[in-house]
Amino acid sequence: MSTGDDRLTNDRAAVPSSPPPAIELHGISKSFGPVQANQNVSMTIAAGDIHGIVGENGAGKSTLMSILYGFYEADQGEIRVAGQSVNIASPDKAIAAGIGMVHQHFMLVDTFTVLENVMMGAESGVLLSGSITAARSELKRLEAEYDLYVDPKAVIEDLPVGELQRVEILKALYRGAKVLILDEPTGVLTPQETEQLFRILKALKAQGGTVILITHKLREIMAITDTVTVMRHGKVVASKTTAETSEAELAELMVGRKIRAELQRTEVAAGAVALRVGHLTVRDAYQVPRVDDVSFEIRAHEIVGVAGVSGNGQSELLEALSGILPVDDGLFEIGGRRITPNAPCDPAQLRALHLAHVPEDRQRLGMVGEFSARESAILGYHNDPLYQAGFMFNQVAIKAKCADLMTQFDVRPPLPEALSANLSGGNQQKLILARELNRAPDVLLVGQPTRGVDIGAIEFIHRQLIELRDRGCAILLVSVELEEIMALSDRILVMFEGRIVAELPAADADERSLGLLMANAAPVETAH
Amino acid sequence: MEDAFVFAVLTANATVRVATPLILCAMAGLFSERSGIIDIGLEGKMLGAAFIAASVAAVTGSVWLALAAGVALAVCLALLHGFACITHNGNHVVSGVAINILVSGLTVVLGIAWFQRGGQTPGVGPEARFMPLELPLASALADVPLLGTLYSGFLSGHNLLVYTAFFAVFATWWVIYRTRFGLRLRAVGENPHAVDTAGISVAWLRYRAVMICGLLTGIAGTYLAIAQNAGFVRDMSAGQGYIALAAMIFGKWRPVPALGACLMFGLLDAVAIRLQGVVVPGLGEVPVQLIQALPYILTVVLLAGFIGKAVAPKAIGVPYVKEA
Repeated sequence: MSTGDDRLTNDRAAVPSSPPPAIELHGISKSFGPVQANQNVSMTIAAGDIHGIVGENGAGKSTLMSILYGFYEADQGEIRVAGQSVNIASPDKAIAAGIGMVHQHFMLVDTFTVLENVMMGAESGVLLSGSITAARSELKRLEAEYDLYVDPKAVIEDLPVGELQRVEILKALYRGAKVLILDEPTGVLTPQETEQLFRILKALKAQGGTVILITHKLREIMAITDTVTVMRHGKVVASKTTAETSEAELAELMVGRKIRAELQRTEVAAGAVALRVGHLTVRDAYQVPRVDDVSFEIRAHEIVGVAGVSGNGQSELLEALSGILPVDDGLFEIGGRRITPNAPCDPAQLRALHLAHVPEDRQRLGMVGEFSARESAILGYHNDPLYQAGFMFNQVAIKAKCADLMTQFDVRPPLPEALSANLSGGNQQKLILARELNRAPDVLLVGQPTRGVDIGAIEFIHRQLIELRDRGCAILLVSVELEEIMALSDRILVMFEGRIVAELPAADADERSLGLLMANAAPVETAH
Repeated sequence: MEDAFVFAVLTANATVRVATPLILCAMAGLFSERSGIIDIGLEGKMLGAAFIAASVAAVTGSVWLALAAGVALAVCLALLHGFACITHNGNHVVSGVAINILVSGLTVVLGIAWFQRGGQTPGVGPEARFMPLELPLASALADVPLLGTLYSGFLSGHNLLVYTAFFAVFATWWVIYRTRFGLRLRAVGENPHAVDTAGISVAWLRYRAVMICGLLTGIAGTYLAIAQNAGFVRDMSAGQGYIALAAMIFGKWRPVPALGACLMFGLLDAVAIRLQGVVVPGLGEVPVQLIQALPYILTVVLLAGFIGKAVAPKAIGVPYVKEA
């Protein structure tokens, strides 16, 4: 095997016209304590390709790229850049080797201007004046070459997410990156911004650049990449030419088994109104309305999805309806009770009205990381007589309950003693869902149910939500994943800047029209 | 009119003398905090430097050796703080308070052991102190009305460290806003992850910042011991490190506004001294204690109410831990 490889390399070296691959990884391994994040990973990325790396959460994609960018050092293995073996011990080595990275969480200084962010770390001299001039003209050049414009004087905290990403790309290009790594670049973008990003990536490719795209969105892989590597459990399971594979095949490789692409859902007539929201307004600490005069109803047997770019009031809507934020104006009605600014209701009282809430930010609002799983499994219901034993908790009952929930919802490992923080994202979410669904709520508020959750668990969670709806629960679903909204909802509301700008039956929605509505680029058209 | 002018010049002189250690410490704190390291230990570093400077001056009679020793000790203490906070991700406030307590006790213990004067160092003569400098032509111009008085009475006649303090404000501004180091320093206090991914060492940047902080507090301590006074007295810094920290926050982590805040505290102190024994109509004689407490009361009031939204560097006090 190795001799064959050697011969291949020699053959290639003998042909002068074929350039060496942009990046070669050979046998990269990395472990964090007992966790083996990467195991003997090898891949070759040809110069001028857009190469996709797909895999579930925790498959080791980000770790691998962090190693390539010098953020972590591999325990074993070799990295070759343009045929040369290099030791990338820190990001400055990676930058020197022509590798740039756009991180999932932007690495920008919020109070700085675009120009300052771009030149930081790549200044031309000890004094700033020279660097500023140099950076300004270089930005002009990059703008012309890649059609990448951002106002150099704009301050980062005032810019929308799509532009921040362009700043990150500019940062990498300014440092002379020939290989650009993008880690989940489209997670926070609207469909239009995503298209724009893809145009930029194609321009990069046209200029001879190499792009590595980490994502879990298979549609994007199919749309833009030339080649794709699938990772699972820290290992490479397949490398394919994109044109010769399909979404279904990649999905199967990612999870290691067939998954159902379409959700089975039965048509059930909607029942009585379970949650009515009337002219609800929620303001933040600066009196800016985050939820602005919002009205809608949800009936039993109905899932209403709220689509929107994150930060347009969806979080505040969920938190107000669950009693976490006070109502500033308007009202909502649940279980025959009216909640108004003068008649507030706390989360415990709402829970007694058969409202359940699966919060968007599970680590902050859904559970306590330092608690054991069994403690997290009763949070919010801990005053239930079932769990009491005089002044103390009835630990036996709690443990039994938790074990029961864990089996029902397939939480792994099924150990009530496990520390909540040590469960993976998907298992944390399943535990929280198990807790909230256990009381057969009349109304369920659920935010980003599958954020950071792997495909297997996504499918399970979606099935649970559909079943709950079929049993008569009214569900308000907030998600930034349009596919999820469209797959689960009966009706879709679109939020923009705190208002509901559109309401439409799920059957009439497609990604493009929703995207336009989310960016408020289409005329407002409501069903009512 | 002439009297009022002379009074103003005298008060301004007193203000500057009192404000000098505040200014140096505020600039010191600014470097540290802009890099993301909270420095509640300005007080301790200044006190330690004062003690060592006074001791060295008393033993050797050299102001320069005294200054060097004061700065060296303050830099060592700053590095200790850095070791705890940067290398070991310790809590910045705990480390700073520990340094303050350590120095407060250690100076007295060492003072008693070395000089047997109940914790004080022997007084030093003019040759071992920073004495007022006369600027060129100061005496010749002294008789020119207004401008001459201003020049010879106010601008001239301070010691070297006072001029150093004012120069330090300009230098701080220039370094922070006009140099590569300053850009990176401001960045590391806001988002160390951005600095790290830009290929710059977060730890080395922060160590340099705390060393500059040590340098400036060292000069402040030396000023207290052998420029403003002529020897070390236990706890002679008397909370000025904290006031400087307050002034820096009041100035929203910016050099020139911080200078303004320091001068305001200095002025208050200078006026307080002049107000002693003065009978205020309707109130009678103002108690000395109240006057002396004024700067501290004002600190609390200003910080609680008038500062507006103080936007601290975002990453301040947060240990930098790599995460992908």
